[in-house]
Amino acid sequence: MWRKIFSGKKQAEGANIELEQTAREDTLEEASAVKVGFFDRLKQGLTKTKDGFVGKVEQLVKGRKIDEALFEDLEEILIQADVGFETTMLLTDKIRQRVEEERISDGGEIQRLLKEEIVSLLTAHYKPLTLSTDRLASIMVVGVNGAGKTTTIGKLAYRFKQEKAKVLLGAGDTFRAAAIDQLQVWANRVGVDIVAHQEGSDPGAVAYDTVAAAKARKADVMILDTAGRLQTKTNLMAELGKVHRVVVRELGHELDEVLLVVDATTGQNALSQARLFKEAVPLTGIVLTKLDGTAKGGIILALANELELPVKLIGVGEQYTDLQDFDPEQFVEALFN
Amino acid sequence: MPFSNLASRLQETMKKLRGRGKLTEKDVEAALREVRLALLEADVNYRVVKDFTAKLRERAVGQEVMSSLSPAQQVIKIVNEELTALMGGTQSKIALASKPPTVIMMIGLQGAGKTTTSAKLAKMFASQGHRPLLVAADIYRPAAIKQLMVLGEQIKVPVFSMGEQNPVDISRAAVSHAKEHNNDIVIIDTAGRLHIDESLMGELKDIKENVSPHEILLIVDSMTGQEAVNVAESFNEALGIDGVILTKMDGDARGGAALSIKTVTGKPIKFATFSEKMDGLEVFHPDRMASRILGMGDVLSLIEKAEAAYDAEKAKALSEKMMTDSFTLEDFKEQLEQVKQMGPLDQLLGMMPGMGNMKQLKNLEVDESHLKKIEAIINSMTIAERRNPEIIGGSRRKRIAAGSGTRVQDVNRLLKQFNQTKQMMKQFAAFEKKGKKGKRMFSLFR
Ligand SMILES: Nc1nc2c(ncn2[C@@H]2O[C@H](COP(=O)(O)OP(=O)(O)O)[C@@H](O)[C@H]2O)c(=O)[nH]1
Ligand SMILES: [Mg+2]
Repeated sequence: MWRKIFSGKKQAEGANIELEQTAREDTLEEASAVKVGFFDRLKQGLTKTKDGFVGKVEQLVKGRKIDEALFEDLEEILIQADVGFETTMLLTDKIRQRVEEERISDGGEIQRLLKEEIVSLLTAHYKPLTLSTDRLASIMVVGVNGAGKTTTIGKLAYRFKQEKAKVLLGAGDTFRAAAIDQLQVWANRVGVDIVAHQEGSDPGAVAYDTVAAAKARKADVMILDTAGRLQTKTNLMAELGKVHRVVVRELGHELDEVLLVVDATTGQNALSQARLFKEAVPLTGIVLTKLDGTAKGGIILALANELELPVKLIGVGEQYTDLQDFDPEQFVEALFN
Repeated sequence: MPFSNLASRLQETMKKLRGRGKLTEKDVEAALREVRLALLEADVNYRVVKDFTAKLRERAVGQEVMSSLSPAQQVIKIVNEELTALMGGTQSKIALASKPPTVIMMIGLQGAGKTTTSAKLAKMFASQGHRPLLVAADIYRPAAIKQLMVLGEQIKVPVFSMGEQNPVDISRAAVSHAKEHNNDIVIIDTAGRLHIDESLMGELKDIKENVSPHEILLIVDSMTGQEAVNVAESFNEALGIDGVILTKMDGDARGGAALSIKTVTGKPIKFATFSEKMDGLEVFHPDRMASRILGMGDVLSLIEKAEAAYDAEKAKALSEKMMTDSFTLEDFKEQLEQVKQMGPLDQLLGMMPGMGNMKQLKNLEVDESHLKKIEAIINSMTIAERRNPEIIGGSRRKRIAAGSGTRVQDVNRLLKQFNQTKQMMKQFAAFEKKGKKGKRMFSLFR
């Protein structure tokens, strides 16, 4: 029953199951990668973050007395993690306040306070990926060029397929050269259907056909890819709005998820991205990709703080298994332990 | 719009300060705080910001404040100069091999824009009469090869591909192919990879050893955050890059990564890309990048214009008039004319630090056609009226309107604006006196 996807922490099993349907030979080769356990991957993906971020905090606070110098060092670590000035100040101010109120004098305590504050920031507006189970579930994926939209769709398709859902992809990036082929490769690898038009054709028409095909073929979930665009290009953002309207009209209701894909390497511009994409389409959450690099992904704290947009999924590699639910507690826990 | 206001923030901070003739330590300290913030918001690496502001402090303290600038603007000017210098002169040349083909390797993280930029570079060379060859060496990302082929066809540049074989073999074969087919430039599009991926970094080293590229270009997304330093350092240490291309500059990223990368690697930023279209490759301009990082290109150009067009003598006379409260409509006209020489007025006024949000200015709609009207109206006044506008009653207004071909409302509006301006200038004058006993001239660009 594909309903299982939505029950939360079931991926541990999913990741160890091998692909059943092999649409192409290359699937077999890659299936070995699938065997790496979920928690190994999570750890693998997060060690870099841990080394850089929490490792530093741990070293920093050990045995130190709490003074301005310590706070300055703490600020430095946060800013170097792309948390951004505003949110860094918010966090350190809160910690300063608690140090005073709770009469804390041991520097070692700072780590606990920081952890608590980050968790509370990330949980304040947290919502997991939520898809309809009683009707066609629908996802639209948006973001700037190269963020990881198409790859994320490949990973999502794999995940749903594992849960025995009938998946249909829509190749809505009709602009970038060979973007359609790229999604086609993913569809073949995972063994799911795809609706695709010619390069250069109207993305609204692709959206229309994708919904129609999803309905006709009684798909459980449809995922629509879109062309990458910089958030400042008003005409392209208007086009995105139009594509979204087509989907909503054809579905007869709002999509379950409109996901903004953000590269973890991005700095403060992610705020502008979230703000402007949110104006164009009703974003439901964020997918943070490339967390397998050294980028700390601290921008999600700024996103949570300033835009109240929850991170729903994280990308930790280029394999189709490299997608995880974002669980704030677990994320911070993995960060600190 | 957290970025656009470094100028006004500096203005605000430094307004409270007294140092006028020379920048005092206190001036500079207050300014540096704002500069630091602006740089961090632009994603310049924290460490780089620290070093930079330390250097800046050294240079700025004790500097003479130019008469046409305010202390805040003087600081901006210094910051801008230092930033520009740090990012290097325009050195976007790619050194061509004495014995062709020139081999160029494009490297970088996933999604940075290597494939598109490879094609843009090829197009640029082709338009200069070269015969470039594109090489599809990204065998990992689905349809990456196809992407390059499509682009090659679009720009009419041949693409060398051997499917999903070893990228080292592909690259070697491509160079031989180029020699045989008289291609004088070879651009190898490698797969995106993480700088910490040892095996894939090893692959790049292998390619380098096998084809001895003349130029290794690191492609960096201008939206990159604090990690830019580590990424650039790692790629540079592993391969020894020759330059950087900054992509996706047509967005609103401030691009602090440019400064970080230049600082840690010392390698020049050679090009920047501004479009998804194939002709979006542009020469990198350190000065423009500096203003962009500071989020205040407009203010900087205003400072330049102010320096160029400001007539110090006239300003001095004007200043004295204001001090003595004898500012007339004639002066008003003259002043507007001076400002007019510097460009579109509404823009200019809006750009002025601290003035953008001044209520009085919002009413002062000084577009060009409006300025002509003002001139006509003032010309229709008698000298007595110009010097002493209070005497202009209802019947005089009618006469002036008729004489200048305008309506009475226009005359009314002008007189109101004049009064507002005068009011505003009085405030400045008072402020000026507090600052330094009325000696320093009034400057519009405060
Ligand atoms: N290391 C890593 N690479 C990723 C991840 N997600 C996507 N990528 C890579 O980023 C590049 C751009 O991805 P793509 O899906 O084409 O981005 P799009 O333009 O947003 O559709 C590709 O090379 C992907 O393989 C991730 O989580 N980790
Ligand atoms: Mg895509």
